[in-house]
Amino acid sequence: MHMADALISPLVGGTMWVATAGVAAYSIKKIQSEMDEKKIPLMGVMGAFIFASQMINFTIPATGSSGHIGGGLLLAILLGPYAGFLTIASVLTIQALFFADGGLLALGSNVFNMGFFSCFIAYPLIYKGFMGRGYTTKRIFFASILAAIIGLQMGAFGVVLETLFSGKTELPFGTFVLLMQPIHLAIGAVEGLVTAAVVTYIWNARPEILEGAASGRALSNVSIKKVAAGLIAITLITGVGLSWFASSNPDGLEWAMIKTAGTAELEAPDGLHQQLSDLQTKTAFLPDYSFKTPEDETELGAGEEEEAWPAISGGTSTSGIVGGGLTLALAVLVGVGISSLKRRKYGANS
Amino acid sequence: MANIMNSLYNMRLLDDLARQETVIHKLHPLMKLLTTVSYLTVVVSFGRYEIGGLLPLLLYPVIVFTLAELPVKPILLRILLVSPFIIGIGILNPFFDHQVYLLGGREISRGWITFLSILLKSGLTVTAALLLIATTGMDRLAGALRMLKIPRIFVLQLLLTYRYISVLMEEVARTLRAYSLRAPRQKGVHRSAWGSLAGQLILRTFDRAQRIYEAMCLRGFTGEYHTGGFKEIRVWDLSYFIGWVFFFAVARMYNIPMLIGSLITGVIR
Repeated sequence: MHMADALISPLVGGTMWVATAGVAAYSIKKIQSEMDEKKIPLMGVMGAFIFASQMINFTIPATGSSGHIGGGLLLAILLGPYAGFLTIASVLTIQALFFADGGLLALGSNVFNMGFFSCFIAYPLIYKGFMGRGYTTKRIFFASILAAIIGLQMGAFGVVLETLFSGKTELPFGTFVLLMQPIHLAIGAVEGLVTAAVVTYIWNARPEILEGAASGRALSNVSIKKVAAGLIAITLITGVGLSWFASSNPDGLEWAMIKTAGTAELEAPDGLHQQLSDLQTKTAFLPDYSFKTPEDETELGAGEEEEAWPAISGGTSTSGIVGGGLTLALAVLVGVGISSLKRRKYGANS
Repeated sequence: MANIMNSLYNMRLLDDLARQETVIHKLHPLMKLLTTVSYLTVVVSFGRYEIGGLLPLLLYPVIVFTLAELPVKPILLRILLVSPFIIGIGILNPFFDHQVYLLGGREISRGWITFLSILLKSGLTVTAALLLIATTGMDRLAGALRMLKIPRIFVLQLLLTYRYISVLMEEVARTLRAYSLRAPRQKGVHRSAWGSLAGQLILRTFDRAQRIYEAMCLRGFTGEYHTGGFKEIRVWDLSYFIGWVFFFAVARMYNIPMLIGSLITGVIR
């Protein structure tokens, strides 16, 4: 369920980063105000545990296949939602850095999809709702499964929406939803079953751990409303703000634009675009060359219209291929050049 | 199990690489982080039909690779490992976009162009993230995060998670080895052991956290984590960042391969 950088647009990535940073800041504030610093090492080591436990394959009965857990819900249950969210965030950060699982720009989306929904929706509204009347094996079982499935369904839907708003794939909305949701129903069921088994075990062995996480420190109804309201506000403000800012470069909004305006292409505005195309006229090496025709100018000129499918003539496509090849050759040459220079320097030194 | 050992090996490899002392390694971590973020933003901001315009951006990884004296093979391997998901999503593009386009006398469907564009972007972004960690290391990166005013709790927590990943992965590997020796020819952990196996590990993790906390307190931990002094940002660090951002901006605004190509083909004519 990790979103990759390649599938996300800067606008969507940025908006989700801001939303995630907002939730994280709120969680940190909450933890600081009510936490003993004892929980910091616990969060760190539990993060490492979740990381390692994702490598355990649990055999799924009657299917012959096996699955692993994501751990968002388990963390919320064991540490409480705030510490759980921050822990998931650091696990995902390390995965993005060291394993290239999801990217740095997509990190905001990933933390939100995998952390927010399970820690701030599924855990307080579903899991705690069930557990309000006290722990029993049956309740743990139903609560975990339901919370895990709902959390993952929301996360998966988040992935669908973020990908579509980013406009990098051609997948139609319906197909994508049909692809993602059923898969994550199965994944959620496994996650829920494993979580239930683990929580039941801990409840039998060390009930005080669960009581500690659930007592007082958990969410009250007031704060969840606050979080949700604040979050929606942040998302709207940044979303609208950033899209206004980015409207001269309608990258991520292209999808929405096709839906509303029927075209991905904007009228070329004056100002920056005009200046750029003037500049480009000046920098064109061969004035009578084919890309100087009006429809190709947009293709060469700056970022504004590149989402529109460029009207390419045979001439430009040839020069595109030739130029592309040369650029690649140049990059390789630079690399080889630098390393051979370095080697020579080493040789001289030794 | 092989999976765990691979991950451990990978983390240690990146740690080792980050300990080198090359021009790139010596740069200020904050400048490297900002350069990486600008690079990612520029790569990702290209439209879905773009391939040519992305090519000049290859120069960044090539230069960092060579200047930082990083081995190409293990890092490329990581990039390939990430590809299946991207390929899985991207490969559907050709099925949904059949519009045909002539390229050098050959018919190519538009879906393939977008697919190629996604693949290229994925390669570039994954490489950039790995290059950042392979030339900076987690501790220095955490220092950069503190300079960006990321709250102490989060940075401390991130470092602790990072530090204990190898410890807990070894513990999980030992547990799984013990389990598999007692349950031969079994693909994963049987349902009857789900709770006790993972649960035991969690209980041990809680105890470990308690011991760690006590050890930290004995060494004077008061909720503060000292990363040592920050390096000062030198002019050279700043110019590295500005230089790259300028190049990224130029590469974003002008289709450099097209300019080169038109120059060449025009001259030939």
